Amino acid sequence: MLAIDTATPAVTAGVVRCATTTEATTTEATTAEAATTEAATAEALATRVTVDARAHGELLTPHITAVLAEAEIRFDQVDAIVCGIGPGPFTGLRVGMVTAASLGHALGVPVYGVCSLDAIAAEASGDSVLVVTDARRREVYWAHYRGGRRVAGPEVTAPAELPDVGATVAAGDGARIYADVIGLPVVGPAYPSPAGLVSAAGPLDGVPAEFRPLYLRRPDAVEPGARKKVSAGPQPPRPAA
Amino acid sequence: MSRALLGDVVVMGIETSCDETGVGICRRRRDGTVELLADEIASSVDEHARFGGVVPEVASRAHLEAMVPTVRRALDVAAVRPSDVDAVAVTAGPGLAGALLVGMAAAKAYAVAWDVPLYGVHHLGAHIAVDTVEHGPLDRPSLALLVSGGHSSLLEVTSLAAPIRILGATIDDAAGEAFDKVARLLGLPFPGGPYIDRAATEGDRAAIAFPRGLTGPRDAPYDFSFSGLKTAVARWIEARQRDGVDVPVADVAASFQEAVVDVLTRKAIRAATDAGIDQLLIGGGVAANSRLRALAQDRCVDAGITL
Ligand SMILES: [Zn+2]
Repeated sequence: MLAIDTATPAVTAGVVRCATTTEATTTEATTAEAATTEAATAEALATRVTVDARAHGELLTPHITAVLAEAEIRFDQVDAIVCGIGPGPFTGLRVGMVTAASLGHALGVPVYGVCSLDAIAAEASGDSVLVVTDARRREVYWAHYRGGRRVAGPEVTAPAELPDVGATVAAGDGARIYADVIGLPVVGPAYPSPAGLVSAAGPLDGVPAEFRPLYLRRPDAVEPGARKKVSAGPQPPRPAA
Repeated sequence: MSRALLGDVVVMGIETSCDETGVGICRRRRDGTVELLADEIASSVDEHARFGGVVPEVASRAHLEAMVPTVRRALDVAAVRPSDVDAVAVTAGPGLAGALLVGMAAAKAYAVAWDVPLYGVHHLGAHIAVDTVEHGPLDRPSLALLVSGGHSSLLEVTSLAAPIRILGATIDDAAGEAFDKVARLLGLPFPGGPYIDRAATEGDRAAIAFPRGLTGPRDAPYDFSFSGLKTAVARWIEARQRDGVDVPVADVAASFQEAVVDVLTRKAIRAATDAGIDQLLIGGGVAANSRLRALAQDRCVDAGITL
């Protein structure tokens, strides 16, 4: 299993071995339980993480080849790809997702998308966990987990406007950056880890759901105003030459 | 390996520098000829239409969605198995940064998964290479005028393998961008080029004397500027609207278009003449403009240059 995430400043790749003892679970109610079972058996064989928000494009593929080499696994031995689908700053997020999608196609293996916040929650201990990651522009992405299941979110908001969901602990880089605003003890990892991604993906035996990013924000673009105000009207962003 | 020794090489190319996700597959035969096996494009042009121009974030989102399906289609159309691909090439720039990143990440992934080499390609060089696929190899040094929504450049090309010399480029808007913006002012749809071209056929090119940017004696001889022209058109239309007079769309389109193609062709011919080059290539989306082609043809004949 190859796990990838670029929804945060971390450029993450890892090779994870899953024990295949999980019984097939089909109903919604047992999914969380299955995920927990998997969590116990998702073992990271190799991991590369570099925290550099500007280096996703440059580092992700080298990280992938490095973890495969370290785990002594060839590309054709990869059974599936698990990739964080955000929410996260768009440019970096897309690097991971297009890499995962292309690898999946090139290798003929399924690609499973996982909410990146779920992957952090999978490694945060606590019964009521608020996962908060940095969305830049003084905003955060958040989701709330109870008993290992996401019960609210993911959403994007200003840190001061985080709803009081009754969480007892917080996880994620946003929980650290805005610790004084959030006021909860910080647990768990700052970023999704390969094992966390695979755990959060649950049993990987079905047809993957549609692999689409969680942007949570619309593109910054203004539709042009009426024709009357010719030069005073809003201008669309100018594409770089 | 054996195929490469025989000289047949299959290359998959990925291009995401602007609003189109392009995947091409070519076979280069032993004798050096190149055969285009597939040329699949997914365009996000409709999504940009309501903004009146290409929005980088909208383009990048569309690239992510379209990438794998477009590669799939290209492989299907080319009837090429992934194991037949000997190399991957990708536009490395120039272009929209976030959009380029999507294509480059995908290209890297395919290259490592298939264990084939990856080549980063200069976008403008690729434009010229396209011309050689169509018209045969460059037989002599040429001057290339590349005009599109993303760029307006004058390039001196000695051969495909040699570095390209950039003689001039736009200092603000690209020519295609100017077409889009003026089309919006005139209430014409996006992308503006074809609509202005069409509207202009019924207008008078000399009706309004719009400014020719950077054509003064002390201006950079090969650089372009279309931002002032766009503003001049906006002012002109505003004045009309203020007076409550109808805007003669065809005349404005024709006069604006004339100002753009006049500068483009004049500078291209001058650059060719100055460099002692007798062949001009025109590429990019704006190359489809009928008036640009006509005027370039006339002026090339006058200057003894092959178009
Ligand atoms: Zn181009």
